Amino acid sequence: MAADIAGTRRAPWILLSPSLATVGLLLIIPMLFIVVYSFWLRTATGADQVGFYLDNWIEVLGDRFYRDILFQTFAIAFYTTVICALVGYIPAYFVANTPMKSKAFLLLMLMLPFWISYIIRTMSWINILGTSGALNTVMLSLGIINEPIQMLYNQTTVVLGLVHYLLPFMILNVYVSLDGIDKNLTEAAQSLGCTGFQAFREVTLPLSLPGLAAGSLLCFVLAAGTYITPIVLGGPRDAMFANLVFEAIVTQLNWPLGSALSLVLLALLGALVVIYTRYLGIDQIAKSFK
Amino acid sequence: MDDTKRYERLLNRYRDGDISRRTFLTALGAAGVVAGVTGGPMGMLARKAHAATPEQVRFDGWGGVVSEAFEKYAFAPYTQKTGIKVVSGTFGGADEYIARVKAGQPGEFNLAHLSGVFDYARYHGLELTSELNEANIPNLQNVIPSLIEPLRKITGGTISAVPYDYGTTGIAYNRKYISDDEAKAKGAKLMVDEAYKGKIGGWGEWKTRIWYGALQSDQDPNNIKDIDAVWDMIRSHRDLALKYWSSGAELMSLLAEEEIYVTEGWSGRIKALQDQGHDIGYLDPAGGLGWQECLFVLRGSPMAACEELLNFMLEPEVAIAVAEGQSYPPALDPQKVELGKVIPTLPAFDPKGTLASLSFFDPAYWNENEADWSKTFSRVQRGY
Repeated sequence: MAADIAGTRRAPWILLSPSLATVGLLLIIPMLFIVVYSFWLRTATGADQVGFYLDNWIEVLGDRFYRDILFQTFAIAFYTTVICALVGYIPAYFVANTPMKSKAFLLLMLMLPFWISYIIRTMSWINILGTSGALNTVMLSLGIINEPIQMLYNQTTVVLGLVHYLLPFMILNVYVSLDGIDKNLTEAAQSLGCTGFQAFREVTLPLSLPGLAAGSLLCFVLAAGTYITPIVLGGPRDAMFANLVFEAIVTQLNWPLGSALSLVLLALLGALVVIYTRYLGIDQIAKSFK
Repeated sequence: MDDTKRYERLLNRYRDGDISRRTFLTALGAAGVVAGVTGGPMGMLARKAHAATPEQVRFDGWGGVVSEAFEKYAFAPYTQKTGIKVVSGTFGGADEYIARVKAGQPGEFNLAHLSGVFDYARYHGLELTSELNEANIPNLQNVIPSLIEPLRKITGGTISAVPYDYGTTGIAYNRKYISDDEAKAKGAKLMVDEAYKGKIGGWGEWKTRIWYGALQSDQDPNNIKDIDAVWDMIRSHRDLALKYWSSGAELMSLLAEEEIYVTEGWSGRIKALQDQGHDIGYLDPAGGLGWQECLFVLRGSPMAACEELLNFMLEPEVAIAVAEGQSYPPALDPQKVELGKVIPTLPAFDPKGTLASLSFFDPAYWNENEADWSKTFSRVQRGY
C-alpha cells in the first residue's frame, strides 16, 4: 500500500523529468554560469579573474550611463509597442471577422514574414528609405522633391524596423482574443440600441484587451532585447541596452561586466512578465501559439 | 606519380609561363575532382598516408572577396596537394572572433586572418599564441622583415603568425562632391568639416576613431598627450556623422549609394569600389593608419599541417593571386620577389618594401590603454 502511494507520488516527477532536464541543462545551468561570471573581473589582458567581486554590479547599478541607455531602450520599446497595438488591431479585427475560408489564407500571409531572416527584413528598409532607395526615387521622378531626403539612420527608423519585425506578434495575439469573442454579444448590444461603434467600444474592445495586453508584453520584451535593428538602421548615438551587452562581451572582451548587464535586463523584463502574469495570466500568450 | 609531384610539375609549368593562371587553377581543380571521384587503390593509399595528419584545419577570415580569394587560390590547391580539408569560416570583426575563440576549446579554431600587431598582442596576452617552426615555412624568407619583427618582439623572438598582406585606413571621398585638392588640404580634418554634416561616415571601432581623433587634434596617435582633445574630436565627428559602419560591405554600400560623401575606408575596399566604376578618391593623410594582416596559428592547432598551409599560402603565385583578388598588397618583399604588374598599382603598395612611410598601432601603447579607451568610446559614441 505504502509502495503504491510512493509510486503514485513519483510518477509525475518521472513523467516531468525530460522537461525538467531540458530546462535545467539549457536554461537554469547556463543562467547560473552567467550569474557566477558577473562576480568575476576582467584583467588588463582580457582574461578573467576568478573570485567574488561586486565591482561590476556597483558599476552597472551606480553608473548613470547604463540607466540612461536603459531608459532609452524602454522608451523605444514603448513607442514600438504602442504603434504595433494601434496598427496591429485593425488587421487582427479584419482577419477575425473574415469568413472561414479566407481566414486561413490571411493567417498564412501573416506568418509569411517569419520565413525570411529578421536581418534581411531589417536591411530591406535601406533599399526603401535610402537616398537612392525606392521611396526617394519615386518622389524624385514624380517631382515631389528636388533632392533625396535623408530618412535613414535615426531613432525613427529603428522604431520602424522594430514595428516591422514585431507587428505579426501583436496581430496574432489580438486576433486570438477577438476570435474567441461570442458574436452574439455584439449583436445583443446592437439589438439593445448600441450603434456599431458603441458595440465595439463597450463589448468587443474590452473583451479583446487580454489579447492586446499579451501582444504588448511580447512586443515590449522582444523590442527591449534587440540589438540588430539599432546596428543596421540606427545612427551613431542610437543604441539599446543589448548593444551595450554585445560591446562589453565582444568588443571589450569583458564577459563579467556583460554578464551583469544582461542580468539587469533579464531581471527588469522578467519583473514585467511577473507583473503581467499576476494580473492577466500568461495563458493568453500561449493561446496565440496554439 | 603522386599528388605532390603532379602538383609540383603543374606549378613549374605555371612558373615557366607554359600555362596561364586560369589553366593552372582549373587543372588543380580538375585533379582534385578526379582524385576525389576515382578513389580505388590510390585513394586507399592516400588515405593511409593521411592517417597521421589531421583530416581538416579550420580557417577563419573576413568573408566577402577576401575569403573568396583564399578559397579559390589557396585552399583548393592545398587540399589537392595534401588531402587536408580547409574548413573556412568568417567573422565580422577581430573582437567578435576573439570572443568566439575565448569561448571555444583549444584546437577548435586553428588559423585566422587577423588584423595587425595589436590583435597579435591581445592573443598573446590571452595565452593563445603558438610557436611556429620557421624551418617548415621556407617562404617566410620572402616576407618583408619590418612586418615580421613587431611580431617577434611581442612573442619573445618566436612567431605565432606570418604576415600576409598590408593596407591602410585612409580617407575615402566622393569626387562628385569633394575634390582631390580639398581632401589633400584638409586631410583628416575633412571628416569633421561641418560643410558635410549628415554625409560623413566612420568606422565604429574605438581604435580607428581614437587614431583619427588624435590626427584631427594634431597629436601623434602613438603618443597622445591630451586625450580629452581626442574625445572632443570624436564627439564632433559623431555629431556630424550619419552612420558608423561596421563592415567592409556596409562601407562600400554607403559610399556607392551616396548616403555618405566622406569616411575613413580600407584601401582594398576602396580600390574595389573604384574598379566598379565609382568615382571615389582615396587619401592617406599625414600620419595615416597602416596595418598588416597576418595568418595566425592558435595554440592547440596541428602545427605541421598549419605550417604547411602557411608555406603554401606564402608561395608567390598563391600570395599574388590572393592579393590581386582582395586588392591588398602581399607581405612579400618586392626586393626579393617579382610581384607582377597589378600589385604595384594597389593602394598602399610600397615598392621599397620597408613600409617606412606608414604609421602602425604601437601594440604596447594601445594595449595598455585598451580597457579604458574602448569603454570610454562606448559612452562617447552614445552622446557622453
